[in-house]
Amino acid sequence: MKKSLVLFLLLAMVVSLAGCSGSGDKNGGADANEIKIGINYELTGAVASYGESSVNGILMAFDEINAAGGINGMKIVPVQFDNKSEPAEATSLATRLMTQEGVVAALGPATSGNFMATIPVAMGNKVPIISASATADKGVTVDDKGNVNEYVFRLCFNDSFQGVTMANFAFNNLNATKAVIIQDNSSDYGKGLAENFKATFEAAGGTIVAHEGYVAKDKDFNAILTSIKGKDFDVIFIPGYYQEAGLIIKQARDQGIDAPILGADGFDSPVLLELAGAEALNDVYFSNHYSSIDEDPLVKEFIKAYKEKNGVEPNAFNALGYDLGMFIADAVERAGSADPEAIKDALAETKGFVGVTGTFDMGEDHNPIKSAVVIGLENGVQATSVKVDPN
Amino acid sequence: MDQFLQQMVNGLSLGSIYALIALGYTMVYGIIKLINFAHGDIYMIGAYIGFAATTYVHLGFFPALILSMIVCAILGMIIERVAYKPLRNSSRITVLITAIGVSLLLEYSMMFFVGAEVRSYPKVLTNHLFHFGGVRVNMQQIYILVTAVALMILLQYIVTKTKTGKAMRAVSIDKDAAQLMGIRVDKTISITFAIGSAFAGAAGVLVGIYYNSIDPLMGMMPGLKAFVAAVFGGIGSIPGAMIGGLAIGIMETLVAGYGNSMYRDAAVFAFLILILILKPSGLLGKNEREKV
Amino acid sequence: MRVLSKKNIMILAGLILTFAIVYALRNFGILTSFHEITIAMVCINIILGVSLNLITGFTGQLSLGHAGFMAIGAYVCALINMELNSTFGFILGVLAGAIIAALVGVLIGIPTLRLKGDYLAIATLGMAEIIRVIFLNLEITNGAAGLNGIPRYTNWFWLFFFTVTTVVLISNFINSSHGRACISIREDEIAAESMGINTTQYKVIAFAIGAFFAGIAGALYSSYFYFLRPEIFGFLKSIDILIIVVLGGLGSITGSVIAGILIAVLTAALQSFAALRMIIYALLLIIIMLFRPQGIMGTKEITDLLNFSKRE
Repeated sequence: MKKSLVLFLLLAMVVSLAGCSGSGDKNGGADANEIKIGINYELTGAVASYGESSVNGILMAFDEINAAGGINGMKIVPVQFDNKSEPAEATSLATRLMTQEGVVAALGPATSGNFMATIPVAMGNKVPIISASATADKGVTVDDKGNVNEYVFRLCFNDSFQGVTMANFAFNNLNATKAVIIQDNSSDYGKGLAENFKATFEAAGGTIVAHEGYVAKDKDFNAILTSIKGKDFDVIFIPGYYQEAGLIIKQARDQGIDAPILGADGFDSPVLLELAGAEALNDVYFSNHYSSIDEDPLVKEFIKAYKEKNGVEPNAFNALGYDLGMFIADAVERAGSADPEAIKDALAETKGFVGVTGTFDMGEDHNPIKSAVVIGLENGVQATSVKVDPN
Repeated sequence: MDQFLQQMVNGLSLGSIYALIALGYTMVYGIIKLINFAHGDIYMIGAYIGFAATTYVHLGFFPALILSMIVCAILGMIIERVAYKPLRNSSRITVLITAIGVSLLLEYSMMFFVGAEVRSYPKVLTNHLFHFGGVRVNMQQIYILVTAVALMILLQYIVTKTKTGKAMRAVSIDKDAAQLMGIRVDKTISITFAIGSAFAGAAGVLVGIYYNSIDPLMGMMPGLKAFVAAVFGGIGSIPGAMIGGLAIGIMETLVAGYGNSMYRDAAVFAFLILILILKPSGLLGKNEREKV
Repeated sequence: MRVLSKKNIMILAGLILTFAIVYALRNFGILTSFHEITIAMVCINIILGVSLNLITGFTGQLSLGHAGFMAIGAYVCALINMELNSTFGFILGVLAGAIIAALVGVLIGIPTLRLKGDYLAIATLGMAEIIRVIFLNLEITNGAAGLNGIPRYTNWFWLFFFTVTTVVLISNFINSSHGRACISIREDEIAAESMGINTTQYKVIAFAIGAFFAGIAGALYSSYFYFLRPEIFGFLKSIDILIIVVLGGLGSITGSVIAGILIAVLTAALQSFAALRMIIYALLLIIIMLFRPQGIMGTKEITDLLNFSKRE
């Protein structure tokens, strides 16, 4: 009997504790000198690292803005929740942010699938949502019927642009005619990239000699690599993220495969170098949002500031998160009020926003019109960078 | 032919990892009939301890391995004492749920403290490459296989030749009778957990070095596959766990290399269901008749 | 046994009252759409918990693959729903999803239910994993990207309707002679068999009924959250459902209902704890198992506690 009492008290404590913190947030909302911005990111679960990195960047931007006096004297208050890397949680959190916490805009989630899960909520509540890294082609800013989702924005290019860019790069710059694709099948990201690469590469006259798949968290790729090693090909394209790509590159080089390896922005992380090792990272090319060897003072400054603050080099998610934080602040400032409707209009009218990941105008379809860079690695260090403009 | 042999090498090295985890699994299951879901996570903790020891304290391979085994052994004993021992007379499903709870606790505590990002080991083992005809074998693959076999022999020796091993076998057959014979059941179970967890820790360090990539959720899948390996080999049988591990590794590699790599996990589970239906006692397991 | 006994009338009144109160609160705007998500999760959790309790709590067959059946119901309903986009399509989808889940349950149940205890647990876990991998690789389910823009037809009425239907049908099943046969298998399979009960048949029946209702839960889920992806139905989802059953008490429908509510509310409440949430969740789980392994209700039902005479 005593035990069950203890148990009951414990449960009651957790629930009431959670209740308290919830109501605490609500009371804070009355302050007119604050602008509440929702942060709905993957802090635990399968893609927690993207969420963490993005949030680091966003909070760094907010800190800088608040330290400089805020937006028109108003401080930005981030309201941060963890969506567990689950779309259902992302939906429920977006609803919570918009109906309970009264945010003027919500940032994230980082991945396309989770971001898409929050779109109906944003449309229903008329609160803008922006993702810095949802690169999926279909169903993000434009719905299936071709209508623009009015309250949905992103500030990254989409997968088809990257897939096309890398296919052209392989065909024109590397003179490749035969390619192998090793695709991350557990994400729509890998799928979108692979489709566009394949279509462009084949249209240019190339052939795909093998098309293999893997899922996130796989660690052993020797079986796939051994089976493609027997084939004749010029390049390997790996549409996927650095956690697995790093291991694939390492294992491929260990097996004696020395063909050029191509990828997309999922490669961009210092961890790629740690996983693959410097000697494996030769003849590796990937498209990205920005290059750390960029001579642009803004980029240099950001990298320096980020390193001072966190002790490590920023990755693309950090940079995009930082831009996202700056971008929403810029839109709120231009809107001149904390009204979601006005902020939405300001976001849509963006012209010449200057960010670490490039300068862009917001397009009609709520996608930014910005360029990509193709980075070449030598001994694990960025050695070349080619800018590719959208057409 | 070279390609097939290379695939066998790939399969063997993957399989030795499963075997290392399965050895501990089979011991723990053998003695208290519990699917210790946390076993895969102890393997993960072992990998992180090895990581910390080599990266921050700059220990060499063997000191790091030993340290990781010791810490994991202690952790295993603590888990058994705190979470499983009070439930010794509860229903199996209760203990199973607790094991799942412990597993989640280890995973997410680790994620809380070290972050979700993957980490990589510093170079502590040379990665010399050997060529046998067209087949490439590297030093690390040999290390893993040799360690797995060595630990299997050691374990087999402990279980069949030592007094502790005798006690383990007695407890696994009949706890009450063992107690009446003067065997300290609690202590024996504790030792079993310590040994099993130490092996998981060793596996963690080896995998960290071999794949060069560790993360807080790395224990989930290998843990389940190691269980499949233990069942295939015959649960409770030490050579069985070894054979089971290697077989699962080879099977997975062949499915990925010659079939569709997307179905490799599904193939392992389909295989498990097949074994359970055709020969539930596994390859080397004893057939137990249920008594009324 | 009269249909309009005092007990049944009281239960009916309670149900109508619950429905009306939530309906009114929602119409007056006291419950926001955020609360509504929690309510939807409560209902889905109850259906999942009660249906798994039939398999694990009453028949004694430990299943770690309930999410697999939920996935089947969800995908079938979503595909039909996206094609027809009408209330009729939704109902058709729910039923089709449930029936296909039940059929798969029978197909898988016949070979695997000969296994016992932990082996069955792992076999069912493997089965759910296989179902997930198949959905991940099928063209029609759109692979990892999953289905998006599924029309929403699940509302409070349908949630309530299906939840009540599930609870009533399953408790009636348990109180029937078939249900007693299932319970006898849990208590002692060999004894049950020697009493002339076809244990395999009853296990498969329980499994199929459980799968049927898990399919309904999945269908409601897919039509509430607009999207589906294979990863939703991973191993952890099966564990979530098992936690509901065990927390409530193996063999107590009331327990599963209470635990279903508790887990949904707890999940919503712990949202503010971000990174700490899963740790707290795991700790709670261990503590509950250590201090009260029989769960909240043990094998008691609310009707036992309210002192209704057991047989009327």
